[in-house]
Amino acid sequence: MHGLINRAIERFVRDTYGRDTWHHVMCLAGLEFSEFEAMLTYEDHVTLDVLAAAQDVLGRPVPDILEDIGTYLVSHPKAEPLRRLLRFGGSTFTEFLHSLDDLPAWTRLAVSDLELPQLELREHAADRFSLTCQARHAGFGHVIVGLLRALADDYGALVLLEHKGARKGREIIVIQLLSMAYASGRQFDLGARAG
Amino acid sequence: MRGPNLQIAGLLDTLCPMHAVLDRTGHIVHAGPTLCKLSPGCAASGRRFSELFQIRRPRIDGSMAALRAHAGEKLHLQIRGAVRTDLKGVLTPLPEYGSPEAGGMGPAGGAVVNLSFGISVVDAVRAFELTSADFAATDLTIEMLYLVEAKTAAMEASRMLNLRLQGAMIAAEEKAYTDQLTGLKNRHAAEYLLQRLLDSEQDFALMHLDLDFFKAVNDTMGHAAGDHVLREVARLMVEETRSGDTVARVGGDEFLLIFTRLTDTQCMQDIAARLIARLEAPIAFNDQMCRISASAGSVLSCDYAYPVRERMMEDTDIALYAAKQDGRGRHVAFDSSMRVGNRMARPIEAKRRAED
Repeated sequence: MHGLINRAIERFVRDTYGRDTWHHVMCLAGLEFSEFEAMLTYEDHVTLDVLAAAQDVLGRPVPDILEDIGTYLVSHPKAEPLRRLLRFGGSTFTEFLHSLDDLPAWTRLAVSDLELPQLELREHAADRFSLTCQARHAGFGHVIVGLLRALADDYGALVLLEHKGARKGREIIVIQLLSMAYASGRQFDLGARAG
Repeated sequence: MRGPNLQIAGLLDTLCPMHAVLDRTGHIVHAGPTLCKLSPGCAASGRRFSELFQIRRPRIDGSMAALRAHAGEKLHLQIRGAVRTDLKGVLTPLPEYGSPEAGGMGPAGGAVVNLSFGISVVDAVRAFELTSADFAATDLTIEMLYLVEAKTAAMEASRMLNLRLQGAMIAAEEKAYTDQLTGLKNRHAAEYLLQRLLDSEQDFALMHLDLDFFKAVNDTMGHAAGDHVLREVARLMVEETRSGDTVARVGGDEFLLIFTRLTDTQCMQDIAARLIARLEAPIAFNDQMCRISASAGSVLSCDYAYPVRERMMEDTDIALYAAKQDGRGRHVAFDSSMRVGNRMARPIEAKRRAED
């Protein structure tokens, strides 16, 4: 899996639980290095081993960890550049939801070898959506749930999210939009630059 | 808006929010919402387009006749009296006859100019505090801003990777050129340096130094003592040489010393004598004293018409052999007569094997 994905797991664990915990995870995963390079690619099993080790070290199930990683990627100050890139997807949360189908293409434009899951949004009503997430490995759906929850906050929208489980590598997330302008949300200034 | 009934205005505001509608005399009668942000009041002031925007290319006066003559061409413009912002533009003439009231598109004999930021977009978005609503939904500006930001972040990540790889490469090179036991350079490094000095035609002296009685220390006191002696010897030799000189361990107890810019035999003799004297001082290891000495042979690059590395190494070997023959603990400077008188000169390794 791409280094950026592994790096996201690393940054989340380090910034949330501390460096020692991260080294503990890497030891348990049986890897001979302690830091991922964002711009290199690693074997898929490396990511799976790290997540399994994180589950043991943190004492939390992998889906919960993945969801927290999604939230971290939007809300942690160190991930601000990524939050900004996501906010280019639309000026409202609904617009953002509709941009999700193009997310893998937008991502490839920036980092050509970063493969993200295929996303497909269906609109059942103006306030009810379902998102299908298809990838080589199940689990991305949980990251997306965390990411959407934090982004809804970011836009000031109020949503209910539910992960409906995975079938044949397809994960389904149900999104219910309760309010578009629940809170003021966070500013997104086109001309500002992160970091 | 000054035009009484501009049917196209609403349409243009959505499709190209950075447009201006000009009348026959070149006055702005309507401006799109984003253009109004760039040049506040531009539509209400009733000013001529060329008063507010400088046409930099093609080099024409701002008259309507000149503008209409360049219809369809790419125009380079700048906003007058604002932060320097480069704009691209294109002009379409309106029909000569037929006012809007009579069902025409706009002011007869006028024109529509559409503007865009082109490459200056990143700075302009900041300078004029624009948002995604300021661009037409079909405009690629948002994608462009995204790309600039995404590529900057990706480049930074790549730059960090390059820095770390470069650090690792330097460390690996350093390791490849270093003798791990003593921290001195190794044979590989010494040969590389010699070649570089020869290639750049710099003068230097080359000394081949071999420890005497080292094998006895190793055999009677153990390898730990031997290693200790080698590290001490290395330290002494570095102390006795200048920072620009090179000391390399090229074999078990063999060393090559390169003295840059040294061209004087007497000077070489003095250095060698001092070096050997220091190496002969007993070296303490645990409670015991290790006693060694050293023999050395040397050559000067300036003694050769065409110095060649292999030849110089061979000559230091011959000189070293002579020093060993002469009773050890001494230095011999190479002399061409040695080669003539000693055609059977064997490599020092063979000689030592015979002795040990």
